[in-house]
This record gives sequence, structure tokens and C-alpha cells, in this order.
Amino acid sequence: MREFKGRVVTPGNVTAEAVVTHGGFNTLASLQGALQFGDKTATCKDQNNPDLFGKPTAGKALCLPMTIGSTTGGLVLYCACAMHRQPACMLFSEHIDSLAAAGAILADVWVDGVTMPVIDCLGAEFLDYVKDGMTVTVKDDGVVVVE
Amino acid sequence: MILNKEQQEILDGAKGETLAKVMKTLVMYGDAFGAEKMVPVTSEYNHLVTSFGLKMMTPVFELMQQLIDAGAISQQKFSVDPRPLDKNVPANFLQNLVFNKFMYATQESYEKQLRELGLMDEDAFTCTCYLDEVGNKPKKGDVLSWAESSAVVYANSVLGARCNRNSGIMDIMGSIVGYVPYFGLLTDEGRRATWVVKIETEKKPEAQLLGSAIGMKVMEDVPYVYGLDKWIGNELNESACTYLKDFGAATASNGAVGLYHIDGLTPEAVELGDKLIAEGARVYVIDDAELERVKAGYPVMWKKENAKPKLCFMGCPHMTLEQLKSWTDRIEAGLKASGNKKVLIPTVFTASVAVLREFNKTEYAERLKATGVITSYICPLMYMNNPLCKSMPVITSSNKLRTYTTARYYTDDEILAALTKGGNK
Repeated sequence: MREFKGRVVTPGNVTAEAVVTHGGFNTLASLQGALQFGDKTATCKDQNNPDLFGKPTAGKALCLPMTIGSTTGGLVLYCACAMHRQPACMLFSEHIDSLAAAGAILADVWVDGVTMPVIDCLGAEFLDYVKDGMTVTVKDDGVVVVE
Repeated sequence: MILNKEQQEILDGAKGETLAKVMKTLVMYGDAFGAEKMVPVTSEYNHLVTSFGLKMMTPVFELMQQLIDAGAISQQKFSVDPRPLDKNVPANFLQNLVFNKFMYATQESYEKQLRELGLMDEDAFTCTCYLDEVGNKPKKGDVLSWAESSAVVYANSVLGARCNRNSGIMDIMGSIVGYVPYFGLLTDEGRRATWVVKIETEKKPEAQLLGSAIGMKVMEDVPYVYGLDKWIGNELNESACTYLKDFGAATASNGAVGLYHIDGLTPEAVELGDKLIAEGARVYVIDDAELERVKAGYPVMWKKENAKPKLCFMGCPHMTLEQLKSWTDRIEAGLKASGNKKVLIPTVFTASVAVLREFNKTEYAERLKATGVITSYICPLMYMNNPLCKSMPVITSSNKLRTYTTARYYTDDEILAALTKGGNK
């Protein structure tokens, strides 16, 4: 078990199973297909992401360096939240990027009844340590416990 | 963040609950990046990324309606990304059914919302809003609230405007209140390069391949590129701008680049040179072998790797007038050399309505039509964004289209050969 401390972007407490990408998470490429065609597991469709391609993301602790790609990324994430197909939490090793921040904040302000804790600046060590299937607990002070 | 009196009053609800939520969203957005203030949006027009009445986006349409109902509309007129449908583009019965009755059933009602929110005009649907024919071209130093990754990177890099990589929805919120948080690419510090890229190729690098390589390497950082002026010159003429349009789109979609500097060419690089490079910047050297390595790494998403292409899309981002003309010449010459009369794969060239209008005034339009190529204002990405296209072997020289769909990337020369001589590429 290891504990990491990051910065809280949107607060919350949650425990979920980790899915990990070491490359940037392309939100549009990953989620558009899943959201459009009724896939409640939000399976990653990004052909360029060997870490996540074909794996479900809804309800998981999504561990990533940053999001990349289209500027629809934030609204895709917002839609995922409004449709209750969002990750349980998003845990960034680096500083959050503008698209992911937009998605998380839009959901926080405009969607009722949805909590998706987002923590950033967890460091490269976090992404080295966490593996698919590990249990991740997020606390509202930015502490992330991986076991 | 320190707000001025007007901003604080909006946040406190003086102009209603909805505008207060818009301001709260922008303040939280700025806080996430340590912004200490908001600055006025100074461009004449905005540009939005969301042009498509996709059913999946129902939560977005509901939010837009909240804004309209509260009178929280944009203070600027705006252009918006391309429409997803055009009856000129080949589609079978099933595709038409899926497009019109299922996927884009809300297109009409969404366009009504866009008109109510401040759409420039009925033809303002394109990802290349910054082209002269379209007329949404910001000035150097303008502060923007744009989205659309390819337009943002072009506005920052080629035009010297200042804009963060804003998400859809966040784009319109900036122009509703008239302010954006001051951070990232709006600041001098955020515009400094943390990567030095050295181009050491023996031939002119393919714009879309070079952009892909750099985007994958630097991700969201700012690269300062040496050695490209050797291939595209030291003047921001139409040819260089066209190259940078395609190059930038690939950096932004294959990575998350919002700004690049080209030594001796782009405005800030011409003004400041290597003073733009931050201390400790990392170095990436690109030669022909590196570009081949990157290209060879693209996954093939076709069901049958050697399938005969059924469609070719060119124009993601939308083509310029110069591209339409030069491709007309190239296709004619290719067909003549191979003894064919028309292109051997159904082919669609996409461009803005305004560019197509100008193109249709030239003698090139009839010549291109005679080769069998179709022109359209469609967004190829949105067209291909459905399960029916999964089994459809589509070729393209757009690295953005490759990234988001099952389309397969080929260089311009390979595309030309496929269209005029045949074969699988």
C-alpha cells in the first residue's frame, strides 16, 4: 500500500478499481463511441492508446498523466457525467490540462447529483506504482491511497 | 483570483443565477491554473467547436437552452465547426437512415440554438474560420475565447493571437461574460518553448506527419522548431500558412499542442527568436527515419488490412483555396499519366462554404468536377463517427481524421497514386 498527496481540483471521497494509462488520455477518441451508442461501461475506443483500448472506464479510478486531443474533450467528459457514465475519479500525475479541467468543472457546477473527484499533481511515482485492478481510495483532502 | 467590481457582481448574482454560474465556472477554471485575474476578450468574433446535433450531446443542448432562456447569450458573434451532414457526400441507404434519423436527429434544433446564441451567419460552419474568405481572423495580440484545437493552435502560432485550449462550452462562456481567466497561453511565460525541435530531414517533411511526431513527443508543451524554414520559407505566404494549418492540426490532435514557434517564420519567433526558449528545454531531433518510425507505428483499424479503399477524404482541417487548386492540377496530371479519366476511388474534398464559393468562381471547379472528385462543406470526422464506417476502408492524408476514426493515413503522394493509378494505396 502507498499513499500519495495531490492537489484537489474537484473534491470528493471514493473507492474504485484503477485503470491506468501512461500516455495522454484522448477524451474524444476514447469516449465518443461509447457515449453515443449506449455503452454504459464507457469502454475506451482510442486505437492509439494501447494501455486502455477496449477497457471500461465508467466507475473506475482513471489514472493518467493528462488528457489530449480535440477541444471537445471537456464537453465529452461533461456529457459522460450528465449521463452517469463518468469515471469514479480522475487522478492526474501531472498538472491537470485545460480540457479535463473544463469537463470536471462544468460537471461540478452544472450537473446535479454527480460527484467525480479530480486530483492532479500526484507525481510520476504515482503513475509508476498504480496498476490496473488495484484499489484506489480518494479522500477529499487530496490524499490517494493505492493498494 | 481577484475580480473587478463588474465580475464580482456577476458572480454574486446581480445579473441572475445563470450568469452567476457562468462566472463561477470561469473562476473555477482560472483557479485550477493559478490565474490571478480575468482579462477582457478582445477579438471581434468567437469560434465554437460544437457544430453537431449529435444525440449524445443532449446534456450540452440542455445547458445551451438554459443560457438562452436566461438571456445569457454571446456578446460576440461566432463561427462554429463544420456541419456533420451533406447530401453531396456518398452515403448508402442505411447510412442516410442512421445519420438523419438517429445520430444527427437534433441538428436542426441545435442550429436554431446556435442562431439564438450568436452565430455569425448560415455559412459560418468551418474549422478554418481564420481564412480570409471566412472572415474570422483575429489580430496579433487579440485575446480569444475559442475552442477547436486546430483553430486555436493556428490562431496562437501563425496569427500571434492569445488563446488557451478551451473546451467546448467553456468557449461560449468566455464570450457571454466577455472575460477569460488569465493563464497559460495568454501569458508571456506560458508562450515560452520548453522543447527545441530540430528538423534534419533530407526532403520536405509531410506537414501532417511532422505535426504528428511533434505532438506525440511534446504533448501539451510549446515547441520551438528549427530547420523548417528551409523547406517552407521565411514568409508567411499562402503556401506556408497552408502547410502550418495542417502541421498544427496534427500537433494538436496527436498531442495537445496549443502553440508552436517556427524559427524565422511565425510572428513571435521572428520578433524574439531563441529568447522564447525556456531554460532547460528538451531537444527532439527529427530526420526522415524518425518520420518513417512514427508513420509505421499507426495502427491499422480496417477489418481487412489489404481492403480496396471505398472512400477518400481530404480536408481535415478544411482545405484552403490554394489546396483545392493545387490538388486539381495534381489529380489531372496523375490521371493523364496513368491514362485514366476519373479518380479510381470516390473522393471528397472538404472546405468551408466561403472557400468553396470562391473556388467555384474559378475554372478549376469544372476541372476538378471532371476528375470525379466531389467537394463538400462537411466535417469528415463527424461523417465517419459511426459504426457503419468501421467496416468501410477510408483513406486520408489527415492525421486528425486518422486519430479519431478508422480512416487510414497515407502521404499526399500515396493518396495521389491511389486516386489516379489505383491499388490499395
